[in-house]
Parts: sequence; structure tokens; C-alpha cells
Amino acid sequence: MSLYRLPDRGRVDRSTPVTFTYNGSPYTGYAGDTLASALLANGVHQVTTSIKYGRPRGIMAAGPEDPNALVQVETPFPEPMLTATTVELYDGLVASGLSGQGRLATEPDPARYDAMHQHCDVLVVGAGPAGLTAALTAARSGARVVLLDDQPEAGGSLLGTTELIDDRPALEWVEAAVAELDSLPEVRVLSRTTAFGFYDDGFVLALERRTDHLGFAAPEHLSRQRVWRLRAKHVVLATGAHERPVVFADNDRPGTMLAASARTYLHRYGVRCGQRAVVFTTNDSAYQAAVDLADAGLEVAAVIDARPQSPAGWAAECAERGIEVRSGHVVTGTTGHERVIRAHVAQLTDGRPQLRSGIGCDLLLVSGGWNPAVHLFSQAGGRLSYDDALGAFVPSSSLEAVTVAGAARGTFQLDGCLADGGEAAQRALAGLGRPTAGGTPPRPSAAHESAERPLTLWTVPDPDEQHAGATQFVDLQRDATVADVLRATGAGLRSVEHVKRYTTIGTAHDQGKTSGIISSGLVAQSVRAGIADLGTTTFRPPYTPVSFAALAGRDRGHLHDPERVTPLHLLHVAAGADFEDVGQWKRPRYFPRAGEDMDTAVLRECRAARESVAMMDASTLGKIEVEGPDAAELLDRLYTNLMSSLKVGFIRYGVMCGVDGMAIDDGTVMRLADDRFLLTTTTGNAAKILDWMEEWLQTEWPDLAVRLTSVTEQWATVALVGPRSRDVLALVAPELAVDNDSFPFMTWREAMVAGVPARVCRISFSGELAFEVNVSGWDAVTLWEALLAAGESYGITAYGTETMHVLRAEKGYPIIGQDTDGTVTPQDLGMSWVVSKKKPDFIGKRSFARAENQRADRKHLVGLLPVQRDILLPEGAQLVADPQIGPPPVRMLGHVTSSYRSAALEATFALALVKGGRDRIGQTLYSTVGDELVPVTVAEPVLYDPEGARRDG
Amino acid sequence: MQLIPCPWCGPRDEVEFHYGGAAHVAYPEDPQSLTDEDWARYVFFRDNPKGPFAERWCHTASCRRWFNAIRDTATHQVLAVYRMDEAKPVTS
Amino acid sequence: MTVDHPQRRSPLAHLTAELAATPVGVSLSEVPFLTQLNLRVDPLGRAARAVEEALGATLPTAANTAVAAGDLDVLWLGPDEWLLVAPEGRQESLEKSLRQAIGTEHGAVVDLSAHRTTVELSGALARDLLAKGCSLDLHPAVFTTGSCAQLPLAQAPVLLLARDSEMPRYWLLVRTSFAPYVAAWLLDACVEYAASGP
Ligand SMILES: [Zn+2]
Repeated sequence: MSLYRLPDRGRVDRSTPVTFTYNGSPYTGYAGDTLASALLANGVHQVTTSIKYGRPRGIMAAGPEDPNALVQVETPFPEPMLTATTVELYDGLVASGLSGQGRLATEPDPARYDAMHQHCDVLVVGAGPAGLTAALTAARSGARVVLLDDQPEAGGSLLGTTELIDDRPALEWVEAAVAELDSLPEVRVLSRTTAFGFYDDGFVLALERRTDHLGFAAPEHLSRQRVWRLRAKHVVLATGAHERPVVFADNDRPGTMLAASARTYLHRYGVRCGQRAVVFTTNDSAYQAAVDLADAGLEVAAVIDARPQSPAGWAAECAERGIEVRSGHVVTGTTGHERVIRAHVAQLTDGRPQLRSGIGCDLLLVSGGWNPAVHLFSQAGGRLSYDDALGAFVPSSSLEAVTVAGAARGTFQLDGCLADGGEAAQRALAGLGRPTAGGTPPRPSAAHESAERPLTLWTVPDPDEQHAGATQFVDLQRDATVADVLRATGAGLRSVEHVKRYTTIGTAHDQGKTSGIISSGLVAQSVRAGIADLGTTTFRPPYTPVSFAALAGRDRGHLHDPERVTPLHLLHVAAGADFEDVGQWKRPRYFPRAGEDMDTAVLRECRAARESVAMMDASTLGKIEVEGPDAAELLDRLYTNLMSSLKVGFIRYGVMCGVDGMAIDDGTVMRLADDRFLLTTTTGNAAKILDWMEEWLQTEWPDLAVRLTSVTEQWATVALVGPRSRDVLALVAPELAVDNDSFPFMTWREAMVAGVPARVCRISFSGELAFEVNVSGWDAVTLWEALLAAGESYGITAYGTETMHVLRAEKGYPIIGQDTDGTVTPQDLGMSWVVSKKKPDFIGKRSFARAENQRADRKHLVGLLPVQRDILLPEGAQLVADPQIGPPPVRMLGHVTSSYRSAALEATFALALVKGGRDRIGQTLYSTVGDELVPVTVAEPVLYDPEGARRDG
Repeated sequence: MQLIPCPWCGPRDEVEFHYGGAAHVAYPEDPQSLTDEDWARYVFFRDNPKGPFAERWCHTASCRRWFNAIRDTATHQVLAVYRMDEAKPVTS
Repeated sequence: MTVDHPQRRSPLAHLTAELAATPVGVSLSEVPFLTQLNLRVDPLGRAARAVEEALGATLPTAANTAVAAGDLDVLWLGPDEWLLVAPEGRQESLEKSLRQAIGTEHGAVVDLSAHRTTVELSGALARDLLAKGCSLDLHPAVFTTGSCAQLPLAQAPVLLLARDSEMPRYWLLVRTSFAPYVAAWLLDACVEYAASGP
């Protein structure tokens, strides 16, 4: 047993010693320790040095509010930016102190992280006395209750005290309460779980650390951390309070610690944090620490109480233990290097410290009062007001479905907390219309009557007037001092938000839990404003740091984003396809053969399509069935061209525009029956276009009798392309008349293909003779394999999206979303032919007549042929008129939208949007390629078979 | 994660919905007869008030119904929802 | 040249073994090739009554509920939209009887049998499993037997039907393009139940 570990106190498991390494040195602690308590038990106060000044820094608190004890844990997996006060000790832990910045792991994290949704009637955050009472009261009524607490065991502040409840140790009451809650089927108690964000409508996010404390023994199949997505009808916030320090010179010296934290280390971990203590306080609460430490065998040299009068009851207790009490005194500074060795004490007269004297100590406990943990309440939209008596901000508005209980609303006595919890639950139950079940409220032991009001003291005047405030640290993590705050107000800043940004106070891992209000208080003093008027900085989630891995949960690796696949996907994988992402779809980009790169494979695939026969999986196209007597009318209003004149059995290409006249989608429309159409959308736009159509139908034209149904996955589609496609189709559809007269361009037929029912369309996105065969998704594999077999003698070649793009671009067919960007009209695309002159109106029509749409210098879609025939222009490359780039601003004429190598043209080519492009055909422009400008000739967009001779085979 | 009360399905996560801009902006009776300016007013100009605002929403992930909502643009609170065939409710 | 014996493939056929190997407390399987027809009809019209008569089932008008009539399930999808789910091979006869019932009134019937596949999820842990990716309250007193909902499961849209909420048995009707993702997600969500803890 070390000098600092008491044999008979604390809740650590002395039968389970734990070895760990800190800053390279081996130590021993116990199961149940935090890294901080174990270090303190080994006499280690300094954990690191500070970020800016390299000053020694020690453990200051016992919870997540600690501004100093930032560590990097190395095992079992490197994790930076943890607080020693929240790291549970495990065997083999290796950690080191951090000066403000950690180091991310370079290896992928092998641990699992996941999420869980949970609904409840009442969510209670905090399992201290108020939270436990609230949870019990709510649960006994039969309500669905979730109780969260960030510690490994329930009890909250009771874990660090010696209170009695119902005449027995408070922790026995806690144990019984948890056991009762655990026994109820509609209750879930989550320990090691921090509610880190309160969002709309009772939505709370919490992080459960499920296996962190197990270290190397953490089972792989369990998620390491879990984000709970809680939806509660009522939330009780029993989040407690954080003690805050008083700022004085050299207040950052290790050995300086919050008073109640030292008490927690004593009672909860059996650790005394030093041998000789000085206690500096502005309120009664620190006296308990002084008394408890003295009872545990520490020498308590003095209690320095800034108030003119010390509380009589406490003063008597101190006297009993031989503890000197100096009221009207303050600590003005410290001496020491890596550890405080002396506290400088002076009498405070008219706010000025008088002659100083030193008191030797290795532990300087400080209490400047308590800040209710109002973070979640504030995030929920609750208003805060400054409580003069407490010197703190407390909840001041009433939220319908949120109740704050206990220390979180400034109730610091145990009896008040227990009563608060019960009342909070009753309010919640009343709101839910549930009766409260009976039961005796718990009764605490009598407390000292508080005789003296706390004094609000943010900082003690600096005796070093020359460098005033330079070592008075407000935010220890950011190394930000009183001098920094004064510099900010001296620069004219008044808002606490501005001061926060200027000084960085409150921006570290602890988000200013102990420093924020001190900064506000200093600003208020400095600019002579009321702190109440200045308010606080915004409390934003997360309350404590949450790793991105936890937020990502299972959405990583192959589950990062859904991969939508067609029924042919496994065949494509087996065929060695290289895939590209099109929206969420995985589409084969090309099918390389041994030794082929993409260019070679695509040239081969293109040749097959132009010279013989090739096939592609086109199943990803969006498909919408439009049914009803007004179906044709709806399509007439939404497409730029006329659809009502389409005959059953025929197909028409169509373009949809927004009301602004800009093209938003294109596709084909099949007329299935008088009152039934099937239309296709581009792959990425299927959901958007269905929404778009429904919006018009439901909001503007509810009188139209039409119904829309997405059938995208009902049908699998294979495009069969090339001069020999008709021969292949004939082989697999022997009963279908495939000749040009029987089955002309832009018609469709029902037929058995490969022995399965199919709709065959004669459409072409390549300019070649082509068919699209649609079958039920279940039959896709049958169709694909039959086509491959039937086309074998023609060298049938599977191709992917890259070849599709080359083939369509050679024909000047634009892709909406690639060759357009929401500012391009059908006319800009050279597709005036798709815009009806006959229809009185359709969506977008009126905009075509706007002056802006009539400008001659609108960007037109044109072809580009690099003068040097093998240069591939980068897509997105800018186009200029001159071979030299002059001084800025350089006039941009447009940009390359698509660019490929063409087997048919034996050259590279591109499509581009160019200002007044149709008037520039034949001209030379210049395109950026890397740092060079290369000449390109502007051409008609249709570069291949402009007469359309190949369409009919 | 805000809840938006679909008039059909009840309260659901906001991610299930698709925003459709201001409500009650009727498509002009005869667009061709409008001046460029009036047409531009319909196409491009929308109110952007701080406070209650009538909007169109679609419950895309579920019933696919478009509906109207009055939402406070300052607090995001949905004050009322009503079906397309219902009159705009009075909210204070 | 035709294929003599066309072989249908269900979207999750290749995962049959993986789905069958779930840990105790969870059962997963694909129910392939179910008949699924989308029906759109005015719920107050004559056609709706005729459809109900033809089906021998009422068209549920309460949002997010389903009714079962024999081997037919009728799921509410919207105020004038239902999904009819029946055993394999019924699409033609069902479509015909629906069209007949609708007659000249305005309605729509669309065969969606291959649009979605069905995953059956059952077992004591089924609800916990779903709760990992589904924000709806699945408490058996809330999402009761016969409840259905269209919503995201993790990142995929699904149609969820509680066949039995007490002895948990759910159907997830999943668009086939998302089916492998949903299956992978479900299998991944089982991992924590797969090995017994230390
Ligand atoms: Zn809905």
C-alpha cells in the first residue's frame, strides 16, 4: 500500500491489481481506478506539460471537466485526446500525457462501433440522487424509462461522499434503487453512457463505452462504443454540477486541485492526493473536503476562506481537527516547480490582498463555487439566467417536455436533490397522463445548515503588477490567462462569444466546463457590465468528445453507403468487370481482358458495338409507370414534346425541364396502352423525377386522374447494340419478327426472349441498330446468358458505362447532369426539335421566351476535336479564345463536359458547352490541359454517322 | 433529428421528408400571357420570412404524399400540417 | 436458340447459406418470388368496394396497417395505395381480377413482384436487431402485429411488416437493388449475438 492509497476506503477492487505504464514508467493500480486515480495513488500529479508555455500540469478534477489531464492511450489501439479522469484502468494500459495535441492512429481501427435506437416515456440523464429518484418514481408508474449515467456505476456525487439515506450509507440505497430498476421490464439502465447532445423533439444522442474498460480483454464481436439514438417523450436532466476554481497566479501548478474532486478521490478511490493540504474556498462545500481529508489522516494546514466570515458550524468542525481557518483571506499564488510546495496567502482588504505569507503544502484545494451542468438543457432550447447567490447560470425557462432536477438546477443539498428527482418524475408523468405510483421518498441525513452565502470571486488580484494576469490561468488547456482576457476586452471586444474566439478559452476538449464562466465574469468586470447581461457562450453538442468512428457506426467499409446492384451484378463480378459508382449504383465501367487497361478495353468494346454486336446491362435506368385516363395529358404537361400523340406500341424520346426552362432529365416514353405509359429516367434521377412528377400531380393538378408507380427494379434491361444485334435477337426470340418493317425504330414489342416474357424496344443510344430487352429481374440472368451464347459466333462483347459514353458522345447525345448543369436548355443542347411548338403550355415553355434565353451568346453544346488527334482533353477543362493566357481576368468561353478516345474516329474528341458555340463551328479555341493550352476545333456535336444511316442496320 | 408530422403517417424523422419550397404559389393560369417580369416573379421570387412560413413537403420515404406545413423558420418548429385539399389553418 | 429451362434467380439466392447461419435468437431467410401487386384506387369509390369483394379482404384505411386474408396480405402504402402480397405465381390472376373489379373507374394495378424481395426476420432478438437501424418505435404495444411502415433501415428504404409482434416475426420488403446491402447489414448486426460473451 503506497503512501497515498488508503487501506480501508474507496470502491476499487483491491483483489485485482492492475499494471499500467504512464509516460514510460510502470505503475500499479486497481480495478475500479481511473488512470487519474491510479496516478494520484502513485503520487503522480503532473501528467503533462502545457501546449503554449510548456508548464507542468497536473490532475485538477475527477471527471470530464478536467482541463489538464489530456492523455494519449496507446493500447490496445492508439487513441488520442482522452482525459485521464475518464479513462478506466485496465491491465496493460499504456498511456502518455499530451500537450494539447494528440496523434491519430495510422492503422485502421479494428473495433466495432454501432448504434441503437430506443424510445421511452421518460429519459433520465444522470444517476445521482436526483436522477435515481426520478427514474424510480417514473418506473414505478409503469412508464418506459431509460436511465443514463456516464460513470461505471450509479450514484453520481454520492460515490464521492459519505452521506446517509434512510439511515444507511447512501450507496446501499443506490444499489437497491438500481436493482429495482433492473428488475422492471420497461426500464433500461445504461452505465458508462454519456448523453452528449440534446436535439429536437426529445431526441438525445448518448455514447455508451461498452468495452473500453476491458482493454485487451474486450471481445471482438461486441461494439466498443455504441451511439444511442434516444427518443423520449419527457427528459429529466439530472446532470449535476461542476466545481470551478478561483484564478490566482501560478494556479496551474500540479498539486492544485478542485476541492470536491480531492474528496471524490478519497472516498471513491481510496486515494489521498497529498500529505499536507491548504484549502482555498469561497463557499461552504470545500469545508467538507477539508474535514474528510483530515479524518483520513492528511494534515490540513489551513482553510483559506475569501469570505469575511467563516461558517460557524464548519469552523467548529475544523477547530476540532486542529485545522486553522483564515477568513477574509485569499491564495494569491504558489511556489514550486513540478508540484506546489507553498501557497501564498494574504488578507483581502477592500478587494486588495495585503501582506503575503507562505503556507507549505503539497496539495492546494480550491473551490470557487459550482456551475450547474446546464449544457443539455441549453441545447434543448432552455434559457439560462444568472443566479447572483450561486454565481452561476441556472435554467430559467420552462420547457414542456424537459425537467431539470438536482444540482443541474442549482439544488446542491442532498434532501433537495432527492425531492427534485421525485417532482421531476411527477411532472413528466403528469405530462404523459400517467398517475404516479405511491412510495416513500428517500430521506437523507441532516446536513450542515448553510450559514454564510457563497462569495463570487473569479480571480484574485495578481501581486505581480508588472505582469498582471500573465500566470493566472483561466483555460489551462489553452494556456489562456487573465491577461489574455484583458487583452481581448482592451481590443474592444465585449461579447463573450468574441472573447472566446479571441482567447480560445473554452475551445479545448473540455469546452470550458470550468473556465467558461470565469472568462465571462472577467469580461463583465473588465467592461463593467453585468455578467447576467453578457450571458454564456453557446452550449453546443457534443458535451464530451465523441470519436468519428462512433458517429460513423456501422456505416463504414462495405456498409458505408448502400451499393445498389442489378440482378446481373454477380455475373459482372465473375466476368472481371471494373465498376464505377453511378449514384449509389455499382455499374460495370468496362470489362477488361487479360493485360488490358481501360483505354484498350473500351476501344475494343466500342469496335464490337460499331462493327458487330455488343451488350450492356442497362437495368439501372429509373422506370416509372404512369396509369390513368389523364396519363397522356400529364406527360404532355411535363415533357417539352408531345406525348399524347404517341401510339400504343411506340416509343418517344423526351426531355423534362424545370419551370426555368432548364433541362432536368431525359429518357424514353413507351405507350403500353391508351391509359398506360412506361417512362425511363436517368440512373441517378429516378427518385427525384418521381417526386417531381408527384409534386405537380398532387399539388397543382389533383384533378388529373393519373397514378405513378416506380417499377425500376421490376425490370432488368439489356441493351443489345450493333449491326449484328438483329441477328442475335432473332436467335433468342424466334417468334419475334425482327426485320426493319415489322419492328421499326422507336417501337416496342412483347415477345418471348430466351424463353422468358419480355418487352423489346427498338431504341438506340449509340446510333447503331440496337434493341433493349426488358425482362423481370428474376429472369435477367437467363436473358444475359442466352444473349452471350447466341452472340458467341458474332463475337458478342459485354460493355460498360465507359463505352456507352463514348458511343453516345460520338453521336452528340448529351447526358443530363454531365453535359448539363442546371443552366442548359434543350435549345442550348441543339435539341429544339424536342420542344413542341404546338402545345399551348408545358413546364418550362414560358421561360424559353425570356430575353435571357434568347441571347446569342448562350452556351451551346458542341463537339471539340483536338488539333493534335491523340490529346485527351480533361473533363472540366476551360476553353479560351487565345493561344496565350493573358493577364486576369481571362475570358472563359466554356468548358469540356465529356471527353473520350474514339475507335470510330481514330481520334480523341470531346463535347463542350461553349458561348455562342454553334456560331463558332470550324473555329479554333484553346483548351487547358495541365499547364498547357492546346488548340481544338469546334465541331458539330454529332461526329459519327451524322446522316443516321446506321440506325436501321 | 426533428420529427415532422406527416398528415397520413404521423410523426417521422425529418430525413424521410423532401422539402418543396413555399406553398400556395400557384402555377399561373396562362404563363404565356405574363410579362417576363411577372413570369420571373413566379419562377424565382419567394418570400423568406423569419417566423411562420407555409411550405410544401413530401413524405418521400413513406407514403409519397405531398402536404403543406406551417413551419417557424426561426425555431424550425412545425406549427401545423395540412393536406393539399385542406385550407391553410390559422396559426398565431 | 433459346434456353430450354429458364432459371429464375431471386436477389438473395446467393446468400441463402449465410442467412441461415444466424446466431441463436435471430432467424433470417429470403422469401423469394412472392406475388406483389401495387394497387391504386380511390378508397371511397365503387371500385374499392369491388376490389375488396374480389379479394375477400378489406383495404386498410388506417395508415401503416396491414390486413391479412387467408394467404393474402394487404399493406397500406398511402391513402389510395396498397401493396398486395400473395404466394408465388399469382400475379396474373390477381391482376386480372383487380382490373375486372376496378372496371372503368380510375385505378392502377402494377406488378411489382420482382421489384422487391422479402426477408423474414424472426426470433427473440429480432426487435433489437431492427432497432440498430430503424428509428421507429418497435415496442410490441406500439408496432403491433399487422403494423407496417415504409422507412429507412440503416441507409436503405424498406417496407416493414410486423407479422407477429409478440413472438417477433417481421417481413422486410426490400427493393432488389438494395437487397444485398440490407442482407449484409442484417448479417453484420447479428455479429454481436454470434459469439457468446466472455
Ligand atoms: Zn406519410
